[in-house]
Amino acid sequence: MTEVVIAGIGQTSVGEKWEVSLRELAFYAIEQALEDSGGLNPQALYVGNMLAPQISRQAQLGTLIADFAGMNGIEAVTIEAAGASGGAALRSGFLAVSSGLVDVVLVVGVEKFMDQVGSVIDSALATAIDSDYEAVHGLTLTAQAAMLMRRYIYEFNTPRSAFAAFPLTAHANGVANPNAMFRKAIKPETYERAGIVSDPINMFDVAPNADGAAAVILTRKDLLPSGFPHPFIRIAGSSLVTDTLSLHDRPHPLVFHAARVSVERACQQARITPIQMDFFELDDAFSIYALLSLEAAGFAEKGQGWHLSHDNCLGLNGSMPICTMGGSKARGNPGGATGVYQAVEAVMQLRGHAGENQIKDARRAMIQCLGGPASTAATHILETLS
Amino acid sequence: MKEYSENYLLKPERAVGIIGYGAYVPRYRLPASEVNRIWRSGHGGVPVKEKSVPGLDEDVVTMSIEAARNALSRTNVLPTDIRAVWVGSESHPYAVKPTSTIVAEAIGAVPNVQAGDWQFACKAGTEAIVAAIGLVGSKMANYAMAIGMDTAQGKPGDALEYTAAAGGAAYLIGPADESVAIINCTYSFVTDTPDFWRRAYQKYPEHGQRFTGEPAYFKHVTEAGKYLMKATGTSAEDYTYAVFHQPNTKFPQRAATSLGFSAEQISAGLLAPLIGNTYAGAAIIGLTAILDIAKPGDRIMMVSFGSGAGSDAFSITVTEEINKFRDKAPSTQDYISRRTEIDYAVYSRMRGKLVMK
Repeated sequence: MTEVVIAGIGQTSVGEKWEVSLRELAFYAIEQALEDSGGLNPQALYVGNMLAPQISRQAQLGTLIADFAGMNGIEAVTIEAAGASGGAALRSGFLAVSSGLVDVVLVVGVEKFMDQVGSVIDSALATAIDSDYEAVHGLTLTAQAAMLMRRYIYEFNTPRSAFAAFPLTAHANGVANPNAMFRKAIKPETYERAGIVSDPINMFDVAPNADGAAAVILTRKDLLPSGFPHPFIRIAGSSLVTDTLSLHDRPHPLVFHAARVSVERACQQARITPIQMDFFELDDAFSIYALLSLEAAGFAEKGQGWHLSHDNCLGLNGSMPICTMGGSKARGNPGGATGVYQAVEAVMQLRGHAGENQIKDARRAMIQCLGGPASTAATHILETLS
Repeated sequence: MKEYSENYLLKPERAVGIIGYGAYVPRYRLPASEVNRIWRSGHGGVPVKEKSVPGLDEDVVTMSIEAARNALSRTNVLPTDIRAVWVGSESHPYAVKPTSTIVAEAIGAVPNVQAGDWQFACKAGTEAIVAAIGLVGSKMANYAMAIGMDTAQGKPGDALEYTAAAGGAAYLIGPADESVAIINCTYSFVTDTPDFWRRAYQKYPEHGQRFTGEPAYFKHVTEAGKYLMKATGTSAEDYTYAVFHQPNTKFPQRAATSLGFSAEQISAGLLAPLIGNTYAGAAIIGLTAILDIAKPGDRIMMVSFGSGAGSDAFSITVTEEINKFRDKAPSTQDYISRRTEIDYAVYSRMRGKLVMK
């Protein structure tokens, strides 16, 4: 199969961007990615976005963004899979280039929450769960995650404080990320004192919705311009897997089955095992998602994932660092752009450009984003080519 | 072009000032802990200690009359010499029919008078003052009464219910040489920023939550304050006092800090912790509290803020006249300490919140 490399990356800072429109936000990331790629010309654009039709009353983001970025006429389309939209768009870009049908692909993840406030955003986010059987009862993603967390605590006799490791790690790593929304480390006491959002989820167990855009340029290695200034980073594995949309249809709600299968397939394709990764950019939209993702990826047995936090293996110097640039909790959760942010951040690590957050000698990264409670899971493995 | 041109300052041909000033705050107080008790089961922080609540027979008309009478008491001006009565509010009792005509009649300023109601969310009061400066400063008139008064509406359970309060102040604007405080100049900074609004037939305003902070309040207040200081060649230490629109306790404190003002400079005018956010009255009742204690020569900066959005910044210098007139009417602190605490149930009745249909 054709080798797909990530030739350019771009990202905006993540936060409350009241003054920046959806198209501008996407363009800022594209502009950087194009420049970073040394001036490649994309023939196709895949936009990862979850909420624009509801929050910004805007569909056809493919056309909108291609037009605004001066690429009028190219193939362009939106890929939507809730919080996995960015990973799904990356997957589409990977398929396009590896098929040989498209030479250069631009993948943009963009999300803009701040066009609306309050319950409009909650309602929009609730479209990620089953409208007929879940949302109709008033369920939201946060309330659902709270039920999962409570069940986990009950089933595995987990101390509440074990969940602190996820936001603590994310916030510690967000400090040195200039694009992060929160650049302040938090203490365990701060976590313990935090107000409850949806019992047992507290303010630090849920990542903040925020605006942001990230972009990557994919191409084949042989199409890179001579003198390409960056190390070659290839997408070694790519997988997207679905589960039941409703949580109650699953035999084991505490098993993120799609996340597990997605990791298995991506690893199989890359011919490596998860343990060989130098770091894992997982989906920490909620602390419980991060925990269940670690278990799904095989880093811990079912019900044992919370011990990883005790052993401090998740920090930058740990055995399996996560959220190395702050994750969704500290960088901010840009919804359907998350998967593309993860790709950009992983490339920074693999290029050795992660600054104070650099994972030493990082060569392999696994990135995974989830739609709802892993109703969709998109996993990619990025690898530095020697 | 210079980055800061004096052209943007609003400065009348004839120097003008505050001839008389008067505050009014209703006596009832709803502790913020009561709102917390009802809507948050007593959990969480509160933005103020308590807020003022109008009595059953009070509205912007009656309260404006009280404040205007206090303002007149602090002058030797005859009401018939007043050529304009302007009331800024977002809670005018009538949608159509002026508040200002009733006030003008009550204080004896009719019939040879301009009257009109102003609306610009929380800066309607300072909008009226700037207009009065123009009227007097152009010599079209010698005296104009500008009032900012509100009985603000807070939707039950909304974050604004803790603070939406009642009160305000009245200012008789006239020639500087008769004034207790000279208004040296003003500056207005306005953009189309929809952070807070109430459409026709709606009972309560809506707001953009966190959007009301950085892009709305802070941007406008600090830009207005910064420009006023730059254009007048002053800095924070040149002012004895500063007062800002005060929707809660923290916002004006943060705005003050970012403009270089100390806690001491703003403490006299920071009334929100004790009476809440009096909307169109909020900045200007802070100013009456300052004038109650200011000494001749003291300089005061006031910056209002109205959602929608804009800020009016004022540079004010207190004159010797202040000592003659200060004690001719109740002080702002007199009104603040005249206090009857009520619980949420009484508040619900007084504010007409119990609706079964």
